[in-house]
Amino acid sequence: MHNTSDIHIEDLSKIEGHTNLDIGIKGDKVTSVKLRISENKRFYTQAIRGLTIDEIPSLVSRICGTCSISHMTCAIEALETALGVEPSEQTLVLRNLSMNGTILRDHAMHLYLFCLPDIIGTDSVLDFGPKDMRIVERGLAVKKAANNLATLVAGRAVHAIYPKLGGFTQAPEEAKANRLVKEMKYVRDNVFDALDLFLGSDYELECSARDVAMVNDDFNFVKGSIMTSDGQAIQDDEFQDHLHRVVLPYSQATGFEFQGKEYKVGALPRINLNEKSLHKDTRKDAAKHLKPFPSKNIYHNNLAQAIEMLHCIDNSIELLESSDFKDESPLMPKGKSGAGVGVIEAPRGTLYYELIVKDSRIHDGTLVIPTAQNQVNMERDIRKLVEEDLSRGTDRHTMEHDIEKLIRAYDPCMSCASHFLKVRWKQEQ
Amino acid sequence: MAGRAVGKRKKLRIGWFTFTCCEGCATVFVELMNDHFKEWREQIDFRHCRILKSKNDMRGMDLAIVEGAIASKDDVDKLKTIRRNAKRVMIVGSCAINGMPAALRNNFDAKKMKEIQPILRKFGHLPKVEPVVKFIKVDSQVPGCPMSDKMFLAELGGYLAEFGVKSAPGE
Ligand code: SF4
Repeated sequence: MHNTSDIHIEDLSKIEGHTNLDIGIKGDKVTSVKLRISENKRFYTQAIRGLTIDEIPSLVSRICGTCSISHMTCAIEALETALGVEPSEQTLVLRNLSMNGTILRDHAMHLYLFCLPDIIGTDSVLDFGPKDMRIVERGLAVKKAANNLATLVAGRAVHAIYPKLGGFTQAPEEAKANRLVKEMKYVRDNVFDALDLFLGSDYELECSARDVAMVNDDFNFVKGSIMTSDGQAIQDDEFQDHLHRVVLPYSQATGFEFQGKEYKVGALPRINLNEKSLHKDTRKDAAKHLKPFPSKNIYHNNLAQAIEMLHCIDNSIELLESSDFKDESPLMPKGKSGAGVGVIEAPRGTLYYELIVKDSRIHDGTLVIPTAQNQVNMERDIRKLVEEDLSRGTDRHTMEHDIEKLIRAYDPCMSCASHFLKVRWKQEQ
Repeated sequence: MAGRAVGKRKKLRIGWFTFTCCEGCATVFVELMNDHFKEWREQIDFRHCRILKSKNDMRGMDLAIVEGAIASKDDVDKLKTIRRNAKRVMIVGSCAINGMPAALRNNFDAKKMKEIQPILRKFGHLPKVEPVVKFIKVDSQVPGCPMSDKMFLAELGGYLAEFGVKSAPGE
């Protein structure tokens, strides 16, 4: 038998950040799976304490480059709840648009640059032949449109400048908004390459962990109620009662459980729980891609991401065409102290911020990051995959590649979770 | 093999390395690919780029691009190995250049320091988060948080010229 030693993968590629993986094996059984996030902590939880409320949004943006607008938006929401600010209708539209831009750009990066080589069967997009390169180029055009959307609405796609507590400092210019609608309409068709490829993929791993995601009636990523696949609703300010921190001594990040059990967040849970609220054009044109949902197959997370890309385009076109943006100044907070929770759907799942403010400074804060919520479940799925591979006598090299594909399906972000991968196989006698 | 010169044309051998940071500068780099991917595939041999490939090799780089601050002993060792393997090193973003914003903990008061001390010790962190120049000589830098995309393109263009890789205008 060739499957007799432990597995150790170092610094997994094509994901956000650094992580290592240690797997202990005894015969056909996996004795331990440790996803050791090796990203050096930057101690944001401590750093925010004592800072003024105005400093927070742009600081927490620096937790993670690729989803920076999510951190910013969630922190702003928490501060507004704490200090009694009701954002204007236009602000809500701008937040939806900037999150559409973030999700579209992030999913495009993940699907076209990180996951596509797994489907095509090469190590990297750099190895693609002309035919597959065409898909990448069409994908990059989608990514560019997303970047342009975030830039138009938020000033920049990475570390945005317009979003503030109480509103946006600048409204999108009409001419630019019109140009963007054209660009979105032009690239929309490109998304079907990804939709068809990920629908056609035969990777399968059943993951029974429950889904947790925001549910609302227009599939926006900013406002709604948090629901679970077994029909529970969680109030924003009660999330701490349901989500429990699990300390992982081998990792620079912590994990989470929901009422004592692992759960998952991200595009798959969102589509599973809220498919009916997708934009009508998305539902119509991606009808066959939506057939597999609700799905327990974790690889369908990538198909779900492609569907969300289409939705972000359709929803943004509609919002841009129906809005008449005018200049507004951000609203001033009414109070100086209070506690508030912000909950949004970031590209990789539900993001929670609880901020306690005293005299316009942060007294204390808790952040719950999507990747940390998926970690316990990810480890469980890796165990299942390796045991299936061991029973089939899969060779070590294929097995390691299978593990990497699985982890990439989850689209973890280690910059956020602290930051990703080494697998170390540890053999027990 | 990937990254070998097409025909007789020479390529710039580069590596991208991420230390302690938010990877926002890498995100800007990935966004620049929207417009430059085609030409870079012809001009650049990506020897080491974890976000694009798993088979990475840092030997014989013309240019190493480094983002992030230096926070642990492992960071320092890796940084020095990169310097030994690269003819030129360019640092990008304010984390690499002056440590911030990754170096938030350098300004923590005693109470906050006490809280984080066990983690610093357990994972071999340095007493302070440091900029890259503290440990190695660098050849150029691109400021900004995130790095300025225009200045990055200008710098990269300079290295393409320096190493005799002809950019193909109009492509
Ligand atoms: S300089 Fe800014 S954008 Fe670049 S890695 Fe550091 S925090 Fe992120």
